[in-house]
Amino acid sequence: MKQVLHLRVNGQAHELYVEPHKTLLEVLREELDLTGTKHGCDLGECGACTVLVDGTPILACLALPIELQEREITTVEGLAHGAELHPLQRAFAELNAAQCGYCTSGMMLSAKALLDRETNPTREKIRDALAGNLCRCTGYEKILEAVEVAGREVAGRK
Amino acid sequence: MTHVIGTPLAKIDSWDKVIGAAKYADDMSLPRMLHARILRSTIPHARIVNIDTLDAEELPGVVAVITGRDVPIEYGILPSSQDEQALCVDKVRFVGDAVAAVAALDPETAERALQLIHVEYEPLTPVVTMNEALDETRDAIHSSAHADHHNIHKMVALEFGDLDAGFAEADYILEENYFYQGNTHLALENHSALASFSPDGHLTLWSSTQTPHYVHRALAKTLELPASRIRVVAAAIGGGFGGKTDPFSHEIVACKLAMLTGRPVKITLTRQEVFYCHRGRHPVLMWVKMGVRNDGEPTALHFRTMLDGGAYGSYGVASTYYTGALQTVTYKIPAYKFEGMRVFTNKPPCGPKRGHGTPQPRFALEIHLDKIARHLGLDPAEYRKRFIVDDKTKTVNHLTITTCGLRECIDKVVDASDFHNRISNLQSPISSLKTGLGLACGSYLSGAGLPIYWNQMPHSGVIVKVDRGGGVAVFCGSTDIGQGSTSLLAYIAAEEFGIDVRDVRVITADTDLTPVDLGSYSSRVTVMTGNACISAIRPLKQKILDTAAEKLLVPAESLSFRDGEIICEDDDARRLKWTDAIALAEAKHGTLSGTGSYKPPKRAGPYKGSGVGVSPSYSYAACVAQVSVDTETGQVRVEKIWLAHDGGRALNPLLVEGQVEGSVYMGVGEALMEEMTYRGGLHKAPSLLDYKSLTMNDMPPVETFLVETNDPEGPFGAKEAGQGPLLPVPPAIANAIYDAIGVRIDETPITPDKILKALEEKEKGRAARVGPKNFPNAPYPEPLHVEPPEDAPRLERKKG
Repeated sequence: MKQVLHLRVNGQAHELYVEPHKTLLEVLREELDLTGTKHGCDLGECGACTVLVDGTPILACLALPIELQEREITTVEGLAHGAELHPLQRAFAELNAAQCGYCTSGMMLSAKALLDRETNPTREKIRDALAGNLCRCTGYEKILEAVEVAGREVAGRK
Repeated sequence: MTHVIGTPLAKIDSWDKVIGAAKYADDMSLPRMLHARILRSTIPHARIVNIDTLDAEELPGVVAVITGRDVPIEYGILPSSQDEQALCVDKVRFVGDAVAAVAALDPETAERALQLIHVEYEPLTPVVTMNEALDETRDAIHSSAHADHHNIHKMVALEFGDLDAGFAEADYILEENYFYQGNTHLALENHSALASFSPDGHLTLWSSTQTPHYVHRALAKTLELPASRIRVVAAAIGGGFGGKTDPFSHEIVACKLAMLTGRPVKITLTRQEVFYCHRGRHPVLMWVKMGVRNDGEPTALHFRTMLDGGAYGSYGVASTYYTGALQTVTYKIPAYKFEGMRVFTNKPPCGPKRGHGTPQPRFALEIHLDKIARHLGLDPAEYRKRFIVDDKTKTVNHLTITTCGLRECIDKVVDASDFHNRISNLQSPISSLKTGLGLACGSYLSGAGLPIYWNQMPHSGVIVKVDRGGGVAVFCGSTDIGQGSTSLLAYIAAEEFGIDVRDVRVITADTDLTPVDLGSYSSRVTVMTGNACISAIRPLKQKILDTAAEKLLVPAESLSFRDGEIICEDDDARRLKWTDAIALAEAKHGTLSGTGSYKPPKRAGPYKGSGVGVSPSYSYAACVAQVSVDTETGQVRVEKIWLAHDGGRALNPLLVEGQVEGSVYMGVGEALMEEMTYRGGLHKAPSLLDYKSLTMNDMPPVETFLVETNDPEGPFGAKEAGQGPLLPVPPAIANAIYDAIGVRIDETPITPDKILKALEEKEKGRAARVGPKNFPNAPYPEPLHVEPPEDAPRLERKKG
């Protein structure tokens, strides 16, 4: 049976009417048309569906939105500030850290949570923070570089 | 002048990817869209006695249910292997084979309906191993029309030069068996297809496919529609690696359901289903016999392979030939015999994965060379360098070498890793941790020289249109799977016209709008679409130059396109803005557009089977791996990889580096952990958690070197980069493990249990090796004897 659901996504409040067993991933993609968050496995294995809840990375395929009402959810569509890209987005594009692009949203959101905590993280810290996000294209090398470059830019702004 | 070619630039489609706007097939939806699911076989080998769909049809929310009788026409990627049906009619051949499909209002209803379809099977004894496939008392998986003999899909045997004389000339002969395990692409995006059928009979399919043209052909055949009324569009593709190059059951099923219901239908496979669709790396058993002189010079090579093909043909005939074709393009081999065989088993079908059929023999060959070098007391790097093929020569099996930068590749990785000083000398402060270095090389084709179906038409076509506003549109059937093929067309157009990359739009992979390109496979796209694009642009440039020359009163030959202008090189006061020049040209010639196409040079040798392996050019790669092995746990850690790749001119070095790093990643994974494993006919690990792949924490640092030969066949001198760099990685790791602990692991994946087993054997004074002990007795045919070409390496007789 469908229920009313109040969800805050990328700073915008939504009142939705959905079945309570629908995952956050399904609700984001199917109800809100925020298809930047990707299905990779639906079992919490790949990290492609990573979004932020109050700044912390979670796997949207394992989360029930009914438990996340009144929390602040950030998806890839909410990373940019208006037309201005987040430094991670610019660095991922310019350094070829996104090949097929399917892991990119989740990868950037995991990285954002890290950079919000800690600017200029070491490679070790980046590896630890992003180890739950699989990528099959890049060998992770350019992703590491992009997070470092973005980290320096975020640090410069603070 | 600002150059685009050779400059590290962002891909033009990266921006959509970083804001989440790129539309992959599963991101699309249409009004009134239905969701479909496929019922898959739960047993590996059985006859279908009956399928009862009545209960499913009556479930509220179900709109249509179909079975094999609705789509019975056989298809397959190769004309010689038309052995698949979108939904099985009489037989299922592996756990995961498609049996029936449901379209419903929502995915949950479709899933529920699958459970209401009752299939009555008559089980047959499954054929699971290669040995079982050779056992003629077992049931045949396919009818004799689809197999060379019983469960042997394909047999080949070729001999080039005088093998017996070669072995007679040898001072040392080494024979060994090797095994390379099967593994899968594991693209992060699960396959998805969305079909729409309009009342006037037009069918449109958006799909995650690397080969829209081949899907187009398969749909026309299986749905019995004129190809002229079918449109196939490749959506953004979330990774391919060869896993999306076959026409797939779910694509045909989505189309059929859309035609039957009159509503759009989407099917997105689950991760588990993608493991069943597979078409990944073949498990290959290999026997290698090589003869060399005391200085290591090869005198003869005999290579025997057996491929576990799984349940269907797929690209398997080509895969079989590929396990034998490219051994000769790295080192000079004067006599070569290849015997290959592919068998059918009741497992998900194998096909092409990054390196298609060549990482397996490369693993065996490069370990074999390491053993020979150790036996003869030769340095593995210097040894290889002495026998590298020369530019502008042919191999003994009639392949043409245009340029080969392998010597320089070896020098780069050897110098950077201080290989000569450090091999066999690495010490770890922890006593149980042993460290070692290993080297290996490889080579791959820059595009298959022949199309998949026989024809005389181009392999790639491009249309270029110039707008009055100065914008250029490039249309090409190529599919970007993340490697940057779409961007490449923009770079070439921008370079040629001397304009900004942002002034170029690229429209790709749409059978209605774009000229045919055969697809993203065999590392063909840079060379073939690049050349097609240049051939479309150059005559158009001439038109623009001629009209500009008239206006500027200078010879057309003195003009060039530079930074948004047409400028006279002799008098740069004489110049025209790009937009003014195209206005003049359009006034004189009408709409400005051009078409171009590319067909590879005809180079196949004079024998049956010579079509596999020919290519306009070959890339080369050399790799040094540094590993540490924990002798207590058997754990191998790759500490660093040095990889040098000769991909010809790097049109965008950033993208080439990305291909190298991604290839290294995949090679390390295949060497250490990735494998398709089965219990009976059942896949043991069809999930991303159980199928092990490298995380960011497991990935070693990679030092990449681009060796830029200027190849005459490629656009601006380019060769391939997407597959070749994978090849030397697994054998380099295996060789490094030997350097570290003195044991040979002659099979992948090199897991801790195998390391411990080999160490135990060594301790007991037995052969310190884990790998296949023998090769099955199989009925390889008599070889076809082929005379080598004139300029191939010759055997010099020094003995008797």
